[in-house]
Amino acid sequence: MNPARLRKLKEWLIERAILLSGVFSVVFVVLIFLFLLREGLSLFRGESVLDFLFGKSWYPISEPPRFGILPLILGSLLVTLGAAAISVPIGLAAALFIAEIAPGRLKEGLKAGIELLAAIPSVVIGFIGMITLGPFIKKLFAVPTGLTALTGSVTLAFMAMPTIVSIAEDAITAVPRQYREAAIAMGATKWQTTWRIVARAARPGMVAAVMLGIGRVIGETMAVMMVTGNAAVIPSGMLQPVRTLTATIAAEMGESVQGGSHYAALFAIGIVLFVITFLINGVADLYLHRSRK
Amino acid sequence: MVSRPVKFSIQGLHVHYGELCVLRELSLEILANEIFTVIGPANSGKTTFLHSLNRLIDLAPGSRVSGRILLDGDDIRLRLEKENLRRKVGIVFALPLPLPLSIYENIVYGLRMQGVRDRAVLDEAVERSLRESYLWEEVKDRLRSPAMNLSGGQQQRLCMARILAGRPDVLLFDEPTSGLDPISTARIEETLLELKERYTIVLVTNNVAQAARVGDRTAFFLMGEMVEVSETGRMFTAPADPRTSDYITGKFG
Repeated sequence: MNPARLRKLKEWLIERAILLSGVFSVVFVVLIFLFLLREGLSLFRGESVLDFLFGKSWYPISEPPRFGILPLILGSLLVTLGAAAISVPIGLAAALFIAEIAPGRLKEGLKAGIELLAAIPSVVIGFIGMITLGPFIKKLFAVPTGLTALTGSVTLAFMAMPTIVSIAEDAITAVPRQYREAAIAMGATKWQTTWRIVARAARPGMVAAVMLGIGRVIGETMAVMMVTGNAAVIPSGMLQPVRTLTATIAAEMGESVQGGSHYAALFAIGIVLFVITFLINGVADLYLHRSRK
Repeated sequence: MVSRPVKFSIQGLHVHYGELCVLRELSLEILANEIFTVIGPANSGKTTFLHSLNRLIDLAPGSRVSGRILLDGDDIRLRLEKENLRRKVGIVFALPLPLPLSIYENIVYGLRMQGVRDRAVLDEAVERSLRESYLWEEVKDRLRSPAMNLSGGQQQRLCMARILAGRPDVLLFDEPTSGLDPISTARIEETLLELKERYTIVLVTNNVAQAARVGDRTAFFLMGEMVEVSETGRMFTAPADPRTSDYITGKFG
């Protein structure tokens, strides 16, 4: 075969291989979703969707079982909002500090530290939260148990922070240097430049960072299961034990009968989680596109 | 030639980046309402000189400046806050660089930073500065659209308008037409000649012919030193230093 045709063949093969891997990644997601649907939707043969979503009690093994996931949804929501309230301001401020203010050495040190934080397994963070944070919160607020929504929020904030900081920091660093120069040349102070130009130009990236951080919080299972107390009741405040959607699946999957209604209910929770994550990504996407316009 | 008051007085200016000396023993005066052009090959210290005049040089890591620069008799390091200095001495860069905002917001950016909120004042500044930079007619119907959508020449004039909105005294231009086509270049040059009625202009340019076209006085920089400074006409007809004549006739650089 002559070299030109060989080259063409090679191009063709590489293109196909890349196309195939792209197609596969989509196919897998679709298959996972279909599997979730198949396993989860069977629950709704005997149960109404509204009762499932808005039922106030989750007693999967009582007779008859009750599959109301409202307490779980609220638990997840509460822990996530709490974690976001802590990690978003601190994370974005840390990213601005690292990208704009910290001098060379400190910057490298902080970046390495934050990447290390991301590398800690969630079970270890959960363990530390359970041993140190739980008793601390119990004492501080004089509540009967330290394993509360607040404990979960603080613990998860630690897990969301590395994602938020490192992605936001990348976005801020990617702002062209000339923007800063132009602003400073017009008499802006360092802070005015950072706030009005750099933070603004990096906003799409910062939104993406926040969304991914929140996505991580919602999907997190191990740490949250260890520190939130796992009581499937509708929470009335941050200082009460709660149970999240993820923790419920993880804790109960082992004791459910395959094909039974409990099993199907856990998969239905999976569908709810999938939809929530999908919505968060959708919002992030919308926002990114709008600001790029 | 009418004698004009001195705008900038530069006395014994030295600039180092770390160990490297990029500007040596520079003393010269820039007069009010003239176009002072600076020519010279790459790495001759032209941009460093320009950045010294509004202390943008402070941003360069490892830069050290000695000597004195007086603006209207005041030492720019001792008597002026650097933010105020930069408002009085605006700069237009080589590559037009609108901020990622609308045309309108680009222009009022500096004013907003100074805390100006009054709509009428902002609107007035936008129209005035866009007229001064001869961009008004082209953009008056789309002030809200992103500045990035303008053409290169328009962007450069927008950058001029952005500076003019803050009512500066002095305009610094760092090779403002190096990225532009001949027609846009001609428009910028016309604008410069108009602007010198109201402003003092320092123009650094790679384009020797441009210096000859618009300059009142011209300085020739070479490797961090000023070889000569004189009226532009004289420099281009009878340069005092052989290196100057070599450069302007294109023997090097």
